Amino acid sequence: MAVNASDLPDARGHFGPYGGQYVPETLMALLQDLEAAYREAKRDPEFWAELDRYLRDYVGRPTPLYFAERLTEELGGPKIYLKREDLAHTGAHKINHAMGQILLANRMGKTRIIAETGAGQHGVATATVAAMFGLKCEIYMGVEDMERQALNVFRMRLLGAKVTGVHSGSKTLKDAINEAIRDWVTNVEDTFYIFGSVLGPHPYPMIVRDFQRIIGVEARAQILEREGRLPDVLVACVGGGSNSIGLFHAFLDDANVQMIGVEAGGHGIESGEHAARFNGGDLGVLHGARIYVLQDDDGQIALTHSVSAGLDYSGVGPEHCYLRDMARTTYTYATDEEALSAFELLSHTEGIIPALESSHAIAHVCKLAPEMSRDQIVVVNLSGRGDKDVQQAARFIEGVR
Amino acid sequence: MTRIGRRFKDLRKAGRTGFVAYITAGDPDLNTTHQVVLELDRQGVDVLELGVPFSDPLADGPVIQEALQRALAAGATLEGVLSMVAELRVETEIPIVLFTYYNPIHRYGVERFVKRAADVGVDGVLMLDLPPEEGGDYKAQMDEHGLDTIFLMTPTTRDDRMRLIASHTRGFVYYVSRTGVTGERDSLADEIQSKVSAICQYTDMPIAVGFGISTPEHVSEIARYADAVVVGSAIVRRVGEYQNDVDLVSKVGAFVGSLIGPLREGV
Repeated sequence: MAVNASDLPDARGHFGPYGGQYVPETLMALLQDLEAAYREAKRDPEFWAELDRYLRDYVGRPTPLYFAERLTEELGGPKIYLKREDLAHTGAHKINHAMGQILLANRMGKTRIIAETGAGQHGVATATVAAMFGLKCEIYMGVEDMERQALNVFRMRLLGAKVTGVHSGSKTLKDAINEAIRDWVTNVEDTFYIFGSVLGPHPYPMIVRDFQRIIGVEARAQILEREGRLPDVLVACVGGGSNSIGLFHAFLDDANVQMIGVEAGGHGIESGEHAARFNGGDLGVLHGARIYVLQDDDGQIALTHSVSAGLDYSGVGPEHCYLRDMARTTYTYATDEEALSAFELLSHTEGIIPALESSHAIAHVCKLAPEMSRDQIVVVNLSGRGDKDVQQAARFIEGVR
Repeated sequence: MTRIGRRFKDLRKAGRTGFVAYITAGDPDLNTTHQVVLELDRQGVDVLELGVPFSDPLADGPVIQEALQRALAAGATLEGVLSMVAELRVETEIPIVLFTYYNPIHRYGVERFVKRAADVGVDGVLMLDLPPEEGGDYKAQMDEHGLDTIFLMTPTTRDDRMRLIASHTRGFVYYVSRTGVTGERDSLADEIQSKVSAICQYTDMPIAVGFGISTPEHVSEIARYADAVVVGSAIVRRVGEYQNDVDLVSKVGAFVGSLIGPLREGV
């Protein structure tokens, strides 16, 4: 079924019953200013021309759509194409929205950049664009994530960012967002918060989606050129949901293209240690938006688990919640173990080491392929490269065996 | 009119500035909180704000974050807090405001929460992360049950929003005197007085000023132009410091008494 995607969100930032602005009063004026600045930029062809120029010359867009021939043979099913966001500068799709948001920050005259990060990819992307424009930058990161993504911590510091460890709560992404919001609420005059996913209060889910949309716009043109037709299935991993919405959005009106988001199944749903919000979460309010949230009976936000820091978050973006209700997208999950197998498989068959996040999408393709025919086409978003994950993966793979 | 409205009416008649105290419910446990509330009532606190424990308090600084964590670790829940209020009502008529993040209420069910809050004797609710734009249903339920909806205004609130917030607020307007999270500060923010006068143009309701008010001197200063003074972190920090002290209740009471001191003479 087709969904009229361009209408969403509504004027108050709602995707059906999801999204909105559930924030302390101090932030309301900032969000209104941000929305006004964005709507003005959106209408300005020069803004997009400048963004396109940086995306081409600095980020390296368009990223290739690669036919994974050996993986296709190995799985014996549909033709598998990989959208190579791992080849974008800094090694993941996060640079797309970081670049868009920092141009917006410049337009608004903000001089200090803050961001949260989970896996560190959004932090690295933010530190990168801040360095490029010579702006002060502070990144909040849970101390548990700092440990499992030590390489990215070093990269951010090398890029001149201050990395501040967050010790509260689960010491992961959700706590890093809390701390970044506390910073923003304090430094309202000069600071721009570069949000890392299609999460948070309106207008962030809209802004981040619009800047990530290029993934699907490119992929759609590329597959039409290569195959002369649209793919049957799109697959992407879903943490907050930025790379998946980025791939899906340009295809929403193509009613015959099926879209599957893959959440982190951690140690399995029955173990309770996972981040599969659509498989165990309920409607709640977290970080400014009404979304599906993993929580307990008393409304306390649950701790999540995933081998991949980038998917290890208690909530999922409002537009995903809405598209799921409309039955336009479906969601499943892959466990840590399945993701690690996919991590190895893609490395062996294609010479591409995927991020552990993206490995969840590959893991689902492994399950999907045997049920599909050889004349069908699957496009998978390879949202990031796995160099950052090799130490972590080595520990897990050796531990499992 | 709720106990809050009656208390502010009495304060106006007496020409006195009110004192609003925030404590985290369930820190270090609900029994202690019960005793602290009775002591604060004896010390002359005019309105009590009870913080409802939440795992992700993004508007709070470290002192209240830690208090909320202690309360959660001790097993405090929204239902537990409401039951405590029911028990308190046998002994005290102190006006009570629940100070909470939205998710625990959303989870409990807004309608069920408002009904239960009214039943147990809560007078008002301050929902930190529910601006009027998103709170239509909540506001309607609260109005129906005669409970006060307290909304915040802050240094970033512009005139158009002041009008909107004033029209949704019942009981009193809470002016957050500085940008940032809750916590003690050495000095008061600038321009509080001018902002309070600006708010007065939009509402006849009492205006309480909070955030960063930590000492009797701060209290005296704010009392010159506000209808009430709110102190939170400075009290909560002491609850934390005295949590293993058998005299916790009297020591916290003595501290609050020292803050109220300047208001007793009728400022």
